[in-house]
Amino acid sequence: MLCFKVIRNFSLWSSVPLGQLDPMSGVVAQYEADDFPQKVNLGVNTYRDNNGNPVVLESVTKALQIVREKKLDNEYPPIEGLQSFIEAAIKVGYGESYYAKNSKNIAGCQVLSGTGAVRLGFEFLNKFVPSGTKVFVPNPTKNIHPIIAKMAGLQSQEYRYFDPITRQVDFSGLSEDLYSAPNGSIVLLHACSHNPTGCDLELYQWKQILDLTKQKQILPFFDMTYQGFTSGDLEKDAQAIRLFTEAGVPIILGQSFDKNMGLSGQRTGCLSLVCSNEKEKQIVVSQLNLIARSLWSCPPVHGARIVETVLNNPEIFQLWLSELRIMAQRMKKMRVSFTKALKDIGSPHDWSYISKQFGMYSLTGIGPAQIKELVEKYHIYLLNNGGISIAGLNESNIKYVAKAFHEVTKHKII
Amino acid sequence: MQKLQLLQNQYNPTSDDIFYHIVQAPPDPIFGIANAYKADTSSTKIDLGVGAYRTDEEKPYVFEIIKKLEKEIVNDPTLNKEYLPIEGLADFNKGCQKLMFGQNSPLIASGQIVTAQCLGGTGALRVGFEFVKRHIPGDVYVSKPTWSNHNQVIERAGLNQFEYPYFEPKTKGFNCAGTIECLSQARMGSIVLLHVCAHNPTGVDPTENEWLQIADVCKKRRLVPFFDCAYQGFASGCIEKDVFAVRKFAELGFQMIVAQSFSKNMGLYNERVGAVHIVTSNKDISARVLSNLKIVIRTICSNPPAIGARIAAKILTDEKNFNAWVEELKTVTGRIIKMRTLLKQELDNLKVPGNWDHITRQTGFFTFTGLTPEQCDLLTKQYHVYLLRSGRMSMAGITSKNVRYLAESIKAVVQKK
Repeated sequence: MLCFKVIRNFSLWSSVPLGQLDPMSGVVAQYEADDFPQKVNLGVNTYRDNNGNPVVLESVTKALQIVREKKLDNEYPPIEGLQSFIEAAIKVGYGESYYAKNSKNIAGCQVLSGTGAVRLGFEFLNKFVPSGTKVFVPNPTKNIHPIIAKMAGLQSQEYRYFDPITRQVDFSGLSEDLYSAPNGSIVLLHACSHNPTGCDLELYQWKQILDLTKQKQILPFFDMTYQGFTSGDLEKDAQAIRLFTEAGVPIILGQSFDKNMGLSGQRTGCLSLVCSNEKEKQIVVSQLNLIARSLWSCPPVHGARIVETVLNNPEIFQLWLSELRIMAQRMKKMRVSFTKALKDIGSPHDWSYISKQFGMYSLTGIGPAQIKELVEKYHIYLLNNGGISIAGLNESNIKYVAKAFHEVTKHKII
Repeated sequence: MQKLQLLQNQYNPTSDDIFYHIVQAPPDPIFGIANAYKADTSSTKIDLGVGAYRTDEEKPYVFEIIKKLEKEIVNDPTLNKEYLPIEGLADFNKGCQKLMFGQNSPLIASGQIVTAQCLGGTGALRVGFEFVKRHIPGDVYVSKPTWSNHNQVIERAGLNQFEYPYFEPKTKGFNCAGTIECLSQARMGSIVLLHVCAHNPTGVDPTENEWLQIADVCKKRRLVPFFDCAYQGFASGCIEKDVFAVRKFAELGFQMIVAQSFSKNMGLYNERVGAVHIVTSNKDISARVLSNLKIVIRTICSNPPAIGARIAAKILTDEKNFNAWVEELKTVTGRIIKMRTLLKQELDNLKVPGNWDHITRQTGFFTFTGLTPEQCDLLTKQYHVYLLRSGRMSMAGITSKNVRYLAESIKAVVQKK
């Protein structure tokens, strides 16, 4: 029989518009293509050492060695992922004492890093919270938070978070906005190293949010991408988690091991929900599995096997803690040095906020024209929102970057 | 899948009550069987549930070539351990295109194939259907029967689905006339989900001539073919022949979507290695399609996991590795074919009532036995043989040691009144 070649005068995909992506990826590509010897990448989204190189942690290398010696197979894990990983992740996220008492009530699911935690979490919430429940996200937040909320069928709304004038948390604005949110709303909170501002809440502020949460039956969804990576101390970075859970407030927690273990390529994360009892936990896990089955069937195991080994092997765990401290301290040092370098060079602006912030990112207030100038004249790459990644700074480039920043901002208001 | 009903009149949120109204979800039809098998303490238990290959010693199998390449990758200090691009590893994507469309496919050279690395077959299907929902939404036609997770993925992507009568129970073969008739009534622009080879769960594939008939109706009704390829290498024994349908449709000028999985044919089940391909009419449109595909991927996992794709890329882009892989794959598929023959022999020897020709006629991992759900339940409860209630049996779980017991158990349940 004849089968005529299909001739399409139209393209099936002709109405597909060019998609807009978040600002990060374009920066990396541009930077790679640049051959200027003094180029600086302040859009880097993973840790760099003082030589500007990515780091493979020794604790991770040792853990991988142990994993390989086990000669494990490649069989499908359960839909919810590796149980040993989930337990270990929950333990480090919630703390040993809370875990010892309550692990039976915590529903956990291995996911594809922080993004996977948010996607699975929001899809779950959309299915089970009353329709019309909104997700409140900080202004600003990671680009994908509101986008994923929408994908999952949830409406999102911003609450004030960052004050661009003081470059600190606008706590009165935050409180006002959350108090006027409908009862039962979902509120997304960055546990530490707020991305993209670097501005974190202090303990007394977390306590006030806890009160608000209790009063208004808020569902807190913590995004904890940087535990340990912020201050170097796992417990300190999770202080909000400790506070809320010890107060008996059921939380939702998304954890990622991309940054704090340098495992970004392996996509290892955990989503957990605090339930009232073990039965409820089993029910919630079964529902999470139903959703995960149609997203990815089951998660990849390589990263999870490594993380589980790091967290459960006492020697390697201590080694990891020391490596975390080194990373966190280096970034703190760069913040302080950068502020000083800008002051020393005579900048008319107050850059001290950079030293007061935490983690990888800082929003500089630098505008599009200056961002362009920094690229074209100085080969220094920022994020489109004027944000910088502190990990891109090191002792060799800090003076050069300070000089460049000074040059492009000295006559401007930022 | 019904939306869950609230147990009380009104949802009353207090901090203790957030999840009280949620009910237990049923176990996954496939993973659930695997769990039940694991929990069974019987010494005669047989796992014919999940589509995962087993050796004749009933052990999981890691390909030798995979072991070798993983070692190389892990020990390579020059490899970047950081985030992959959103669309995944470039080498891997290129390799996938060549394996699917042919080394010298003009579509590759012309930039008409948009490829992104995905989380196994499921990930590729979900990304593909999310893309469909956003940009070319339409009804989706799925085979009756099909892999249970297809229905879930399509539903979660927010699309309507209809069935085309794929399997003819009387002949235990492909119902070509019924399929064509059904698709010729489909609304223009509908999407048709087609299994490239080794149809899951039936093991029954269209002939080349029948594929041309399917192509014809797709052309007439402007249907968008969405191919699911999870078993390349497991059907005919020849990896090129197995993807005849995709290559033929491409040659005929179809714009279409293909989901490709390496879970089974590289045994990389747990590293989630797959790809989605979208065939367009020119490279400018490809660029736009890619940008939107990236958005879909970004909102599921940001970017895919690296290790599995690196291993697969080394196979797909190196001739020596590729040949080693093909040889090993032949051993694996050869064992499955041998088990089909053995089981049929045992059933014939035992004079088990019924016609069991389909066991050797069907291809791939699975046999659609024709056993009823009740017979399957009995097989499991009384004889500790685990298979799907649809009658789907994974041949990869049969061994020379358990095949007789399996045949005897089948005889027992078939003869039971």
